[in-house]
Amino acid sequence: MLIERKWKKWVYFYLPMAVFIVFTLFPFYWMAVTAFRPDTELYATWRQPNAQPLWTLAPTLEHVKGLLQTTAFPTWLWNTMLIAIVATIISLICGMFAGYALSRLRFRGSEFLGTAIFITYLVPQTLLFIPLADIIRDLHLGNTPWALMLTYPTILIPFCTWLLMGYFKTIPKELEECARIDGATRFGAMVRIIFPVAIPGILSAGIFAFTLSWNEFIYALVFMASADQKTVPVGVVSELIRGDIFFWGQLMAGALLGSVPVAIVYSFFVEYYVTGLTGSVKG
Amino acid sequence: MADVSIRQLNKKYDNGFHAVKDVNLEIRDKEFLVLVGPSGCGKTTTLRMVAGLEEITSGEIRIGPDVVNDLPPMDRNIAMVFQNYALYPHKTVFDNMAFGLQMRGYAKDDILKRVREAAEILGIEPLLERKPRQLSGGQRQRVAVGRAIVRHPEVFLFDEPLSNLDAKLRVQMRVELKRLHERLETTAIYVTHDQVEAMTLGTRVVVMKDGRVQQVGEPLELYGRPANKFVAGFIGSPAMNFVEVSISGDGRWAEAEGLRLSTPERLRAHGGQRLTLGVRPEALQIANGAGDSSFATAVDVIEPLGNEILLNFRAGGVAMVARVDPGVRVKAHENIRFALDPERLHFFDAKTEDAI
Repeated sequence: MLIERKWKKWVYFYLPMAVFIVFTLFPFYWMAVTAFRPDTELYATWRQPNAQPLWTLAPTLEHVKGLLQTTAFPTWLWNTMLIAIVATIISLICGMFAGYALSRLRFRGSEFLGTAIFITYLVPQTLLFIPLADIIRDLHLGNTPWALMLTYPTILIPFCTWLLMGYFKTIPKELEECARIDGATRFGAMVRIIFPVAIPGILSAGIFAFTLSWNEFIYALVFMASADQKTVPVGVVSELIRGDIFFWGQLMAGALLGSVPVAIVYSFFVEYYVTGLTGSVKG
Repeated sequence: MADVSIRQLNKKYDNGFHAVKDVNLEIRDKEFLVLVGPSGCGKTTTLRMVAGLEEITSGEIRIGPDVVNDLPPMDRNIAMVFQNYALYPHKTVFDNMAFGLQMRGYAKDDILKRVREAAEILGIEPLLERKPRQLSGGQRQRVAVGRAIVRHPEVFLFDEPLSNLDAKLRVQMRVELKRLHERLETTAIYVTHDQVEAMTLGTRVVVMKDGRVQQVGEPLELYGRPANKFVAGFIGSPAMNFVEVSISGDGRWAEAEGLRLSTPERLRAHGGQRLTLGVRPEALQIANGAGDSSFATAVDVIEPLGNEILLNFRAGGVAMVARVDPGVRVKAHENIRFALDPERLHFFDAKTEDAI
């Protein structure tokens, strides 16, 4: 009986889990290996004797150095961080108020408004960037960080609003009513009680918004022209693919360094996020 | 300390549901008034209107001398205890209790003193630094009450505060609430669907149904002289037995299938009518011999509860329950004769269901 159970656990749990982990992590592994592989290995064919396609025997930092010295990578990293943080803050603030209003206030058309906001989220960016480019030009924001700080929220606000709307609905309305009896105004109850209680939801909305703006490509490509204004995804792709030559080592080094801040944000907040969720709101 | 006066109160929701209909109540200073009724009877809506959490469609609510119809909840000087306690999960017990005082700008020393005082009354001093999620159901309940009493409000509002507790704890908290009310002497309005809670806690009890007040009275008054069939059936457990009877032409006899009972004096004027007869389970007593107001039947189920025995049987075409002394020896399917005191019979109009 016990042996059978062990066997079953291997087949139904460990094996699928292992397949899943390999499938998910392999691209990251490949990126890391390529970033540290010397050019001589990178551009050698796998058919030659002694080829080591899955790992490297002579790890090197030349690509990282090259990336930092020959391109504006540190500037791109700074641009990306600044834009992602500002866009996330703008979107979170708008999303918190909009989400609260749509989930709690009863007013004519509130449901329609909620759906309408969601529909705007469904409009593909590949269409939206054309009219947005017009607006950015008219406002003379092209090639400045504001072009992205203000256009990213067009995607992020609907997203944050919807996510937070769902979260606010799970918070018992009695909490707020009790605060209002305790002497808080509606606004005071929202800020002092509902928002602190919703921190796990707000954090997860923030993490998603941050990641989305960090990885955004189309708007960044269209609205930012000069090399010193680019973000990491656009900079790496536009500066390290010259004609038909791919600088694989530097590309992967850029991708690796570019994903580090996101990984840090995740690891730092996920902890908070989980503890936040386990502390139940219910009485 | 204050009276609460509710006049011609109505609540109609946007979807057309008329939740509260012409409710009139005068709640005296220091009184413990319980609103009781089945779910959807409008009791909670009425309480929420007093709290200011629900808009009033028409009518008037006064707390003390002031009409509070348009005052926000914070300006009504009330405190409310919710069914799910509604403790702020991100604040400690101390901060939960202090929040209302902080919002009203009390001095720090004063807040500390009041919270300590309330915590002492409720025996929750060791819990002040904990978060609500670290508390048991009973402790959360105490904190919720504590949060209400620190402010020394004019009126306490309770919205089914005990229904999330297990049966044993509920009985214990019930007594504590009553003791607390006697100590604080503050006007209280308490909503519950549990008639036992209503009877034990209330100075007076209001029975509601479909948005209307059915009867207001002291617990024993409701039990002994129910105004209509609904109140009679709602108050008391096991519930009152009801039988459809026809009254003889001279009004002296109430008759149903296998039943012929003599009636009290007040029924003389109702000869020939069809009425509903109500009998409390304890009004049915085992008789030694045949009498004017007795009948024989076979008991089918016996429920020995220890302090009493419930006998289930059929009479007059319906299932009935009698509550008898635990000393009585009865076997299932045994034929028994029950006697009834005519003065303990209740009669209700078959149409209006009002008591006669």
